[in-house]
Amino acid sequence: MTPPLLVLAWGNLSRGDDALGPLCLAALREQLPDALQGQVEFLEDYQLQIEHALDLIGRQRVLFIDASLSCAAPFEVTTLQAAQDASFTTHALSPPALLQVFQDLQGEPPPPCTLLAIRGEAFELGEPPGPAALAHLQSALQWARRWLNPDGF
Amino acid sequence: MTFPLETAAHPENLRRVAIDPVSRVEGHGKVTLLLDADNHIEQVRLHIVEFRGFEKFIEGRPYWEVPVMVQRLCGICPVSHHLAASKAFDRIIGATPVSASANAVRRLMHYGQILQSHALHFFHLSSPDLLFGFDSEVAKRNIVGVAQAHPEIAKKGILLRKFGQEIIRITAGKRIHGTGAVPGGINKLVTLEERNNLQRELPQMLEWAQDAVAIAKQLHAQNPALYNSFGSFRSNLMSLVRPDGAMDLYDGVLRVRDADGRILFDQIDDQRYLELIEEEVRPWSYMKFPYLRSLGAQLGWYRVGPLARVQNCDFIPSERAETERQAFVAWGQGEPVHATLAYHWARMIEMLHAVEVVAELLADPALLSGDLLTSGVRQRHGVGMIEAPRGTLIHDYEVGDDDLVTRCNLIVSTTHNNQAMNEAVRSVARDYLDGQELTEGLLNHIEVAIRAYDPCLSCATHALGQMPLEVTLLAADGAVLDHVQKSTQGGVTRAT
Repeated sequence: MTPPLLVLAWGNLSRGDDALGPLCLAALREQLPDALQGQVEFLEDYQLQIEHALDLIGRQRVLFIDASLSCAAPFEVTTLQAAQDASFTTHALSPPALLQVFQDLQGEPPPPCTLLAIRGEAFELGEPPGPAALAHLQSALQWARRWLNPDGF
Repeated sequence: MTFPLETAAHPENLRRVAIDPVSRVEGHGKVTLLLDADNHIEQVRLHIVEFRGFEKFIEGRPYWEVPVMVQRLCGICPVSHHLAASKAFDRIIGATPVSASANAVRRLMHYGQILQSHALHFFHLSSPDLLFGFDSEVAKRNIVGVAQAHPEIAKKGILLRKFGQEIIRITAGKRIHGTGAVPGGINKLVTLEERNNLQRELPQMLEWAQDAVAIAKQLHAQNPALYNSFGSFRSNLMSLVRPDGAMDLYDGVLRVRDADGRILFDQIDDQRYLELIEEEVRPWSYMKFPYLRSLGAQLGWYRVGPLARVQNCDFIPSERAETERQAFVAWGQGEPVHATLAYHWARMIEMLHAVEVVAELLADPALLSGDLLTSGVRQRHGVGMIEAPRGTLIHDYEVGDDDLVTRCNLIVSTTHNNQAMNEAVRSVARDYLDGQELTEGLLNHIEVAIRAYDPCLSCATHALGQMPLEVTLLAADGAVLDHVQKSTQGGVTRAT
């Protein structure tokens, strides 16, 4: 059976603040309360891609998590809408474009999807996440825990 | 070393156009055009941000960590780095050959990677240009446009890619950060249930892969003038082949053909690649320019990847793909096919071959039982070479007595194609842009030529809001004449 909630984070653990998405996902998974066991699927990848449209099927709610150079610190939350997005972002698909792919393929609107963008600064290979980024992560985690369990985490 | 249009005689008198970065290729690329007052092209360069810090990232680590760590070099082809590193460390620990089971599981992983990567490139990155035209409405020229206009094609692409990803998950142990291959072999076999699940999907995947070849072939047949000439230039071709001349994307010996199709080098042991290849540094690019040592930089540059592999081998050892290879070769009418857009056709022939190889491997009992690991006499030095989706990938390591990596050298597929991509861009600039007013559609022609190589530029660095496309026109005195920007949402704004 497909768990009703999906948390999908992407990034590279070895590229500085790019690790924020996977680190956030790992912390959420580690501290998942017993009441939510079996209710949440956690998926991590290097980049968002077309096949992730298939991972949205059968969900009640979806949370996307990524590091961002352009959002305000410490994090921003956006309710996502499907959009015909040119996604000039190389091999990576943008979240609105992914939702549009889902809609076109499935013939129905995607489940409610939210983007948690965590502010990062530096993405150098071999560098750990910076202290400012890790502070942003802690703030974002508090919000994400409430998203997972609105009735009390 | 000089190449036509690489360096203008008097750049101070020319205006500059920068396409920065190139979209729908991995990482950051930038094209600069220097134009004279009549918009004639005087200089064209493709600059690519090199894979900075690879050596620093790897040196000093215990060798057994490296096959896992190198996957973080690239979010697009982590499996290729995983396997190339594992093959190099097989040499270090004397595990040559690895067991039959290790060979089968690794090959399955690799051909799954080829399948998913080629499916993504053709159906997602290239089909918008190929199906709608290079000058089509910019908002339509993406996968969403394809999904709306051709939902059946978009769906096939996604499901083919998903099938390849599932093969990787099963053989590598996880969707990402896989640990399936280790120095000396593998750490797990495939279970009967996993094997049966994959086998159930094979007939459909085979049909769709065959359909994809037909689409690519049809595109050439419908518009041979465009497909034969766009970005076309003559070059040497290099790849691994099996010792008997068959296509083999996992292992083999190096072979080089010249632009006329004659074999220049053959049966070159991958451990001796440095006797064949040298790399040149040019001051205007971070990325090196490899060439054949005996021919020199001017004549010795070459192409790698699907176009090279399909023509470098003597035959493809699977029935359907071999039939398609023969049709491809016949298209050249006795000459090698050098057209840049033929990369797409060759890539789909390889994807079909990958599905056929997967079918053979799934029937191999060695997948399900047998030895995981072997070892032998320890060596200090080992080279792992593989035909990654984009071309030949080389991992070269030295390991000390303390098991720590003391030196490494990586030559990735995109680096091999550096000169070739520059030539493709110059060809397109000469044929389409010279003397013309620049438009978004014309600039996309340049991107189409680069995308045909499926370059993987900076490996997995990304963040939201990081990659708009900018085009800037500069006068000879440096004043901004025109500035066009594409946002990540696809909007195009112009400020003059």
